[in-house]
Amino acid sequence: MKAMIPGRSGKLSPKEALEWIMKVLFLICGFIAIAFVLLITVYLVISGLPAIREVGLVDFLFGTRWASTDQTDPAYGILPFILTSIYGTAGAILLGVPLGFFMAVFLAKVAPPKVAAAIRPAVDLLAGIPSVVYGLVGMMVLLPAIRETFNLAAGDSLLAAIIVLAVMILPSIISVSETALRAVPKEYEEASLALGATELETYFRVTAPAAKSGIAAAVVLGVGRAIGEAMAILMVAGNVANMPSLFSSVKFLTTAIASEMSYAAVGSLQRNALYSIGLVLFLFIMCINVFLNVFLKRDKEG
Amino acid sequence: MKRISTLVLSGVLCLGLLAGCGGGTASQPSTNPSDSGSTPSENTATLSGTVNTDGSTSMESVVKALAEAFMEANPDVTVNYSGTGSGTGIESATAGTCDIGLSSRALKDEEKSNGAVENIVALDGVAVVVNPANGVEDLTVEQIAQIFTGEITNWSELGGEDGQIAVFGREAGSGTRGAFEEIVGVEDACKYTNEYSSTGDVIGNVASNPNGIGYASLSAVNDTVKAVKVGGVAPSEATVLDGTYSIQRPFVMVTKEGAELSEAAQAFLDFAMSADAADIIAAAGAVSANG
Repeated sequence: MKAMIPGRSGKLSPKEALEWIMKVLFLICGFIAIAFVLLITVYLVISGLPAIREVGLVDFLFGTRWASTDQTDPAYGILPFILTSIYGTAGAILLGVPLGFFMAVFLAKVAPPKVAAAIRPAVDLLAGIPSVVYGLVGMMVLLPAIRETFNLAAGDSLLAAIIVLAVMILPSIISVSETALRAVPKEYEEASLALGATELETYFRVTAPAAKSGIAAAVVLGVGRAIGEAMAILMVAGNVANMPSLFSSVKFLTTAIASEMSYAAVGSLQRNALYSIGLVLFLFIMCINVFLNVFLKRDKEG
Repeated sequence: MKRISTLVLSGVLCLGLLAGCGGGTASQPSTNPSDSGSTPSENTATLSGTVNTDGSTSMESVVKALAEAFMEANPDVTVNYSGTGSGTGIESATAGTCDIGLSSRALKDEEKSNGAVENIVALDGVAVVVNPANGVEDLTVEQIAQIFTGEITNWSELGGEDGQIAVFGREAGSGTRGAFEEIVGVEDACKYTNEYSSTGDVIGNVASNPNGIGYASLSAVNDTVKAVKVGGVAPSEATVLDGTYSIQRPFVMVTKEGAELSEAAQAFLDFAMSADAADIIAAAGAVSANG
C-alpha cells in the first residue's frame, strides 16, 4: 500500500503516475473477484433461507419426498438429492481416481516420451469437451447399453451418471496427479532403485507416497467438478426424485435446480426451495474448499 | 507444489463461483412481456393502455406469443401476463381485478352463472407416443391412466411384445405434464421411470427405447415416434378441432358478462379470436379454435 502514496516531491512523473494507476486498477480487479464471491454468498443465503424456514430445516434436509408441484400435498424433502449427489460423486471418484492415477503414473514414468507426448494432448482435449457433449454421447451410447445389459425398462440411472462423471473428472485427475508425480525429486527414486526395488515398486511405494498431497488435491478437484456438474447428468440420470439406487432414475442437487427453475413461479415456495437447494450445494462446495485449504496448509507445514 | 496448489485452489474457487452462478442467472425470467414490445415503430397507433391477463400457466406461451404480436402492431399497448393458475384467472376476471382471465379448462356451470364468459381461443391436444416398433396401436384413456400410475407395467398386458414399460414424462411444473395428468385424471399420481426437461427429450427417448411411452404436445410429434390412437381416434388437428380426440383441453380467455372491456383489452381479445392469430397460436404449440 505504501507504494501507492505519491513520491516525496509531491509531484508524480508520468512513469510513476502510470505505475500508481495500474496498481489501483489491479487492486480494483482483485476486489471485484472478492465482491462476486461475497455477492453470491449473500444472495444465496438471503434467497435460500425463507424456504428452509417455511419447510423446517429437518424436514427440508432429511425429508425423503419431493413433490414440489403436488397441488394437494406438496413436500419439499431434499434427502434424495443430497444422497444422490454424494453417491454419484463418490461413485465417480471410486471409478475415476484409480483410472486417472494409473494413467498419470503411465504418462509420468512408464510411457516412452513419444507415446506420452501423443496421449497428453488427447487428455487435454477430453478436458475441453463441453459437458453437454458428454451428456449426449452418454444418452446415445451408454443408456441403450445399460438398458440392454441389465435388462431395464430404461437406461437412465445413477450408474449412467456415475460413468459419465467418472469420464468427465479424468482429465483433471490425470493432469494434476501427473504434475505431482513429476515434482517428486529424482533422488528418491534413484535411492529406491539402488536398493534393489523394481521400477514399478519404486513408482508405487516411493514416488506415489511422496506425491500424495498432489494426488489428494486431484481427488478433491474431481469431487468439486463432479458435484457441480449439471448438464451432462441431466441428460443421463432420468431426473425422478427417487431415493438413490444404482439402476433407478435419480435426481441430483444440481439437476433438481436446473430442471425445475424455468417453471417455478416467482415468489412461490417451489422457487424458494430451489434457491435453498442452491444454498445447500454451495455449502457442500465451500466445505470441499475449506477441506482443500486445510489439507494443503497441513502439508506445507509438515 | 505451491504452483499446483494455487492452480487447484483457483480451480475449485472457479467451480464454486460457477455453481453459485447457476442458481442465480436462471432466477429472473421476465413475466412481463412488455419489454419486448418497447421497440419504437412508426405505426400510427390509436390504441393505448395496459391489458392485464391473469391465469393458466399452461397458456403462457400462447398468450405471450399473442401479446408480442399484438404489441408489435400497437406499440402503445402493454399486455401483461401473470401465471397464477386457471382457477385464480377465472376468479379475477369475474371479480374485475384483471382484464382477461386465462383458463386452460372449460368453464364450469357455476362459474358461468357467476358471470364468466367463455371465449375459446385455442385447443391444446396432447399426443401419447410410443416407439414405432411397438405393436400397440390403440389405447383407451383408462389404459393410459393405468400405465402412468404403474398399474400396468408390461406391454404384453396391452397386446404388445413382452417388455417392461418405460414411462417417460416431463418435469414437475411443465404445462404439457399438467395438461396430460389433468385430462387423463392422474394428477400427482404418476410413477415416471424418467422425467425430461423438454419435449424433444421425451420424443428422442421414446424413439430410441422400444419400451418407452411418453406424451408430447401434438405439434411436436414427428416421424421418429408413433402417436397411438386414443379410444380409436388418431390425434390430429382435425380430430382435436371436432372434439373426437379426447386428450385435449380448451384455452379459454375469460371475460365478465355485462362488463365492458377497455378498448385495448377488447382489441387484444378480438385479435386472439381472429383467424390472423391462428399461425401465432400454432407456432406456440396449440390449435387455433377460430382458424
